[in-house]
Amino acid sequence: MSARGASAQQLARFAVAPSRRRRDRLARAGILAATAIALIPLALIIYYLLRKGLGSWSPSFFSSDPTGNTFFRSASIGGIKSAILGTIEIVALASAISIPVGIGVAVWLVEYGKDGRLASTVRFFIDVLTGVPSIVFGLFIYIVLIVGTGTSYAGYKGSFALGLLMLPVVTRSAEVILLLVPNGLREAALALGAPRWRVIARIVLPTALAGLLTGVLLAVARAAGETAPLLFTAASTLKTNLNLDQFTNSLPVQIYNDVTSPTTAVVNRAWGAALTLVLMIGALNVIARLIAHRSRLS
Amino acid sequence: MESASLPLGGRSALERPPLARLPDRALKYGLTALALLILALIVYFFIRLVGEARPAFAREGVFGFTFNNDWNVNAQHFGALPLLVGTLITSGLALLLGVPIAVATALYATELCPLRLRTALTVLVELLAAVPSVVYGLWGIFFLAPKLQGAEQWAADRLSFIPFVGGGAVTIPNYFITGLVLAIMILPIVSAISREVMATVPADLKEAALGLGATRWEMIRTAVMPYCRSGIVGGAMLGLGRALGETIAVTILIGDAPQLGKHLFGQGYSLAAVIANEFGEAQGLHRSALFAAGLVLFVLTLLVNGVARLLVVRASRPGGFRPAAGEAALATAQPIAEQAAQP
Repeated sequence: MSARGASAQQLARFAVAPSRRRRDRLARAGILAATAIALIPLALIIYYLLRKGLGSWSPSFFSSDPTGNTFFRSASIGGIKSAILGTIEIVALASAISIPVGIGVAVWLVEYGKDGRLASTVRFFIDVLTGVPSIVFGLFIYIVLIVGTGTSYAGYKGSFALGLLMLPVVTRSAEVILLLVPNGLREAALALGAPRWRVIARIVLPTALAGLLTGVLLAVARAAGETAPLLFTAASTLKTNLNLDQFTNSLPVQIYNDVTSPTTAVVNRAWGAALTLVLMIGALNVIARLIAHRSRLS
Repeated sequence: MESASLPLGGRSALERPPLARLPDRALKYGLTALALLILALIVYFFIRLVGEARPAFAREGVFGFTFNNDWNVNAQHFGALPLLVGTLITSGLALLLGVPIAVATALYATELCPLRLRTALTVLVELLAAVPSVVYGLWGIFFLAPKLQGAEQWAADRLSFIPFVGGGAVTIPNYFITGLVLAIMILPIVSAISREVMATVPADLKEAALGLGATRWEMIRTAVMPYCRSGIVGGAMLGLGRALGETIAVTILIGDAPQLGKHLFGQGYSLAAVIANEFGEAQGLHRSALFAAGLVLFVLTLLVNGVARLLVVRASRPGGFRPAAGEAALATAQPIAEQAAQP
């Protein structure tokens, strides 16, 4: 028996049996196929959004309000100006409400509450808020700001609903980021005699700024696409409306209203609005990712 | 230090004057008050929701409201069973279709994918989460549902021997298409959590499996999956929570028919959809019934999310080598080693 033959025989002992190799290949092919399947809907959605959405885009699409006309083919159905502006107004106010509160609660959790019983309770309730279906936020605000005050729908009530929805997202992401700020920085500042509030305002928050911005932008992006909380709070209207004390149009709600229309032109308006909305949210996501990429923490 | 020996009115020289300590106190108590306010607000919302739902519950009984199969606005009968069943069927379908795909995507990204493609793949899957619900509804009803109607009819005819699955005309909005779109919608979150949990599998375990001669798939099956099981189940439950509460896409896709669908490819209703669809015109008892539907939905998602969080937190705690997972890995690794040793 030559040395060469013996080593080949020995090697054969360690070779993977054909049945096992076959199963391995099959399983890997299955996993790859499933991954491909996961990406198909994304491709289809993007394709149809671009094809249908770009078809209804035109300068006047962005510069005119919807007319509400769905009966006469010759008449214009208008565009989405009021919806774009309404979304920006509502989401801006929602952000103005929820970002300070959310980051404030996160600062409290990290700097003061820590692992105490109250902090655990607050964390639990924030987690509960995360899981609340978005339409239930609409119901909450409806009960308090519409039944409670005896007034009608208004844009700012939609902002409160969206703000409530953003709050847990902002708080949780901010908490994670603030925990990443090295304790050495806090201790160094305290040792130099800085009071707690200065440590937070001048050391902790600036260090965490990029991460905080990322979390905030992702929360804004999520809120901008929500329809359900706005249905019974901000409602919808045709006119551009810079007064958030009145019914206010928004992109998601206009898309929802247009989807149910039997008129093709109105459905096409929904596609154009959907493409606009997805691009707005996509831009927020991209900016958030770019900032996260540059962050010194994490 | 003795206060009597101090020059400045009984204060240590190292202590800040009371006025300078004010902002510190203000910040501390202000932030604590804010946290307490949030707590109080959530509790208040819940109590008010229960209060608004009470007339409906008083009329039908809590059990009767939830499980009576009779949602008839004109007759003022409010039994939410058709809504509850619609919610459960579509969410169940979403899990059935979405979770295997999501887990496979996560496995591919963490274990099999070339490193260069990993980030791109992750970003692409997460893009699905950036698409708003209403856009899924729009796409589902005008593209997916009409395109799949033929295939659904074919499946319904072939599978009609299974109760509830086939044996009728396929409508464009139906339970199945709703479940399918929900599956796409929960894919990013289930996949993201699975990926996170898979990343916590110690390299030792995986290398041990490979060192014993396991193939990649055997390594995944014996080292990765046993370690990740509870985390993946948790991720799936979080996805379920999302699917249960999903409103607008479901309202557009399920057909909004206020009775139990006769089969999987028929129209139905869900708890969230009924609120979105009927709340605008609802008065009196009807409105109260919709609040009650919201409350049932709220409690349902609360339970599901609670269990999910427990599982995810337990699974993603780093460094926590759980003997159960290790034993499972060992038990399955043994036969492989023996198999590999055979000529």
